[in-house]
Amino acid sequence: MTDSRQSSGARASGFHRRDFLRGSGAVAAATAVQTQLAAQQEKASKVISGATKITLTVNGKEQAVSVEPRTTLLDVLRYQLDLTGAKPVSMDSSSGASTVLVDDQPMSASSLLAVACVGKKIRTAESLGGEKPDPVPSAFVAHDAQQCGFCTPGFVVAVRAFLDKHPRATEEEIRKGLNGNICRCGTYANIIQAAIAVVKGGK
Amino acid sequence: MADIQYSWPDRDSSKVIGGRQIRLDGMAKSTGAAKYTYDINLKNMLVARALGSPHAHCTIKSIDSSLAEKVPGVVHVHVLDHAKPGSEIRWQGELLVIVAAESEAAAMEGISKLRVEYEPLDVFVDEFNLEAAKKAGRTAKDGGKVQLEKEPGDDEDESTFADKELERLLKQSAHRVEGFYGIDAITHCCLEPHGATVYWDNDQLIAYLSTQNVSGTDEGFANDLKIPADKVDVRCQYVGGGFGSKFAPDYWGTAAARIAKATGRPVKLMLSRDQELKLGGNRPSAYLKVRLGADKDGVVTVWDSDHWSSPGADGPGVPQGVIPYVFTPKNYRRTVTKVTTNNGPARAWRAPNHPQGCAITQTAYDDMAAKMGISSYDLFLKNLGTDDSPGVAGAKPSVYAAELEIAARLIDWKAKWHPHGKGARRGDIVDGLGISLHTWGGGGHGSTCIVKIHPDGGVESFCGTQDIGTGTRTVCAMVLAETFGLNVDAIRVNYGSSRLPVSGPSGGSTTVGGVSESHRRAGQEALAKINEMVSAKLGVPAADLIAVDGRIQARGDAKKGVSWKEACGMLGMKPLEVTATFRPSPTKSPLSDTKVGGVQMAHVEVDTRTGLIRMKKFVAVQDMGLIVNRRLAESQIYGAVIMGIAYSLFEQRISDPASGAFLNADMSKYNLCRLGDIGEIVVEMYEPESERSRGVIGLGEPPVIGPGAAISNAVCNALGFRVPLLPMTPQRVLEAIKNNAGRA
Repeated sequence: MTDSRQSSGARASGFHRRDFLRGSGAVAAATAVQTQLAAQQEKASKVISGATKITLTVNGKEQAVSVEPRTTLLDVLRYQLDLTGAKPVSMDSSSGASTVLVDDQPMSASSLLAVACVGKKIRTAESLGGEKPDPVPSAFVAHDAQQCGFCTPGFVVAVRAFLDKHPRATEEEIRKGLNGNICRCGTYANIIQAAIAVVKGGK
Repeated sequence: MADIQYSWPDRDSSKVIGGRQIRLDGMAKSTGAAKYTYDINLKNMLVARALGSPHAHCTIKSIDSSLAEKVPGVVHVHVLDHAKPGSEIRWQGELLVIVAAESEAAAMEGISKLRVEYEPLDVFVDEFNLEAAKKAGRTAKDGGKVQLEKEPGDDEDESTFADKELERLLKQSAHRVEGFYGIDAITHCCLEPHGATVYWDNDQLIAYLSTQNVSGTDEGFANDLKIPADKVDVRCQYVGGGFGSKFAPDYWGTAAARIAKATGRPVKLMLSRDQELKLGGNRPSAYLKVRLGADKDGVVTVWDSDHWSSPGADGPGVPQGVIPYVFTPKNYRRTVTKVTTNNGPARAWRAPNHPQGCAITQTAYDDMAAKMGISSYDLFLKNLGTDDSPGVAGAKPSVYAAELEIAARLIDWKAKWHPHGKGARRGDIVDGLGISLHTWGGGGHGSTCIVKIHPDGGVESFCGTQDIGTGTRTVCAMVLAETFGLNVDAIRVNYGSSRLPVSGPSGGSTTVGGVSESHRRAGQEALAKINEMVSAKLGVPAADLIAVDGRIQARGDAKKGVSWKEACGMLGMKPLEVTATFRPSPTKSPLSDTKVGGVQMAHVEVDTRTGLIRMKKFVAVQDMGLIVNRRLAESQIYGAVIMGIAYSLFEQRISDPASGAFLNADMSKYNLCRLGDIGEIVVEMYEPESERSRGVIGLGEPPVIGPGAAISNAVCNALGFRVPLLPMTPQRVLEAIKNNAGRA
């Protein structure tokens, strides 16, 4: 990861696309949108504009929301459902701060159109909290894997998705596999420890 | 009642202080329950976005917002005063027009429909190029200082004397180094951009502000809006990144209030990502040319440097006072030139000026070790001097010496060190070790706190402080829990509103010192009152009562006592309220102190074929007086080191010399460290009794100072020559290898 990113030079773009896709981060949002749009185009040639009512499945609940074609999933979550754990740090999915699970895949809500999420199961960081929190946020708390906390919900979701896929990840794999999210305060060292603890706990 | 002697319990009897209490709001942060300014959604709220200037330097000729106003969903268009026709704009991104709409998307569409005519003016952003800056008329002398052991004779001119004396000293020196070192400008890049969510309740302004300065920003709103400060309530429970750039409402904050007034609706206005990078503050660049001379032992005795620094369009550059950094040679001359550019103005960046000072001067000290063929460890140690005759500013030489020894052990310096450029090669890979020293003040700021004890035993505190990620909330609760012998979760901490008692801004690593002072003072005073009541009931002198394990009891006789709840029940119907204020003064407080020192060491690998640098290990040894929360203190140090790795290897603001555009103002191109880039980081607290007994000292800034020099020195140790500029991108490493052909 380090190598591929650095070799592109500080004056080039942030990180290697192939590694990014392989990594935890909000994956392949663009692809998903394209697929969805293609499917829609096949069904009908009708041009959609203005607000439309759709139903999204968010954290296990059916939610009726009003969206325009341009409305992102992030906007719907934050402004209509008041689920503000996913954060608007970048609009191009390069920070991972808006990572949510869409059909169990980590994706950037900032670069997904809401209309493309109809019929999919969306889970946000909020779903990992509650009375019996998921082991990932619990490990983040125990290992102080947060400072200002603004990137944290996105990171928690990314770690959850990564460990679901790699439940026995080694430290090396953790260091290589979680490079889609950015933390400015520098909580990475503690996030690595938190992820290791979740693996050890078998959860 | 006798005067209260403020004090901390000693190490052995501390139950909470010095422990590893987990962050109280950790779960809220981890699961999205924590609400930041950006997350505040108010009923009927408008979302505002702003148009930033595409030009780095221009005059505004005209603004036509008629099309924007017709965009469905757009409710209000606000042209900022500084953007009215005829105004000069001096950096790219400066906000011109704000569009408030029913949704962010509608606001953005509104912005796209604004028609602005600009007249471009001359642009200068090439701050690295001093000659070009001079030609463009963008330079100014920015101070300097000469100090020489020998004084000029009566008939000698001072400046010619300095010239001659410095030449003489350099010539006399057993070893000489001439070098060039630099560090580019970086931005604050807070993940939550600057901004506010505001509404009016009749004539009262409620402003949720992403701020490091809850108690001090109500005045800022009031002055700008010409309303009494008592009509403003600034609120901030969580702030998504504050590294010195969030101390004021800023003109966009007050503009949000004006739009809210004009529309009668709540308004949210946050900077976009590129605006955050362009306007949200930056750390000045600094480039230094130096000649230095050392005696036969490697003690630097003469230093002669010129450096230039650019804060962008406004603000202070890196001053002469941090040159050379920590070390204080007996003879020196240091001069500064400030370069003004068409980049956004600088703002205080975590440990202002220290990281740059450290990176551009302790590298020169390391080059002296390289020149002499001795270990940097030995050279740094020799230049410390002694406690009686220090060769360093800041912490005592004995503290640095002890920390050097610890750091060397943790990084295995003896076994792993080799002379510069003489290490074993593994294919294209060479490795090396580097050191740096740092110092910082970190004395607590002024802070007032009210502690309220309810007759049912509940404890609350009220303090107009903020938690920028340091863990202020947790620290306040720990101090009171320790004081009253209670569990941390029994304390309710109220902070994050300008309606609360005034506490200082979170800058300069002053918060933990400040709030520990006010909370401990209020706590000890409240406990004295509780103890008086218990004393009367039990017949035990108040001075012999202690608060421990949820009880007030006689020292050495646990049976003689009452539970905390019973004790509080003696208050009757009314809660007890105690207010305490800490005001920093030259007289040392028994609870806090100032000045810390730290030592950092880096172990890196350099790939000479690709120019890639890989962090193997980083050791940070830090003094911070008395540690309140060991876990949170460690987090601060890890974070600071990681931020340091970012500015050493990745992070830089890149401006286009022709247009002045900030080319990498987004997260995908503004390279920060990612999780896989950090290597192994080892944090060691230096807390012997001599330091612990000094009391609490702030920690947020000091550990971010040293990584630049330590990592640069490690790279130089690996290659045998210097990569002179930070960040040391692969391109720069390869350039250095080319320039030193045959040496790598």
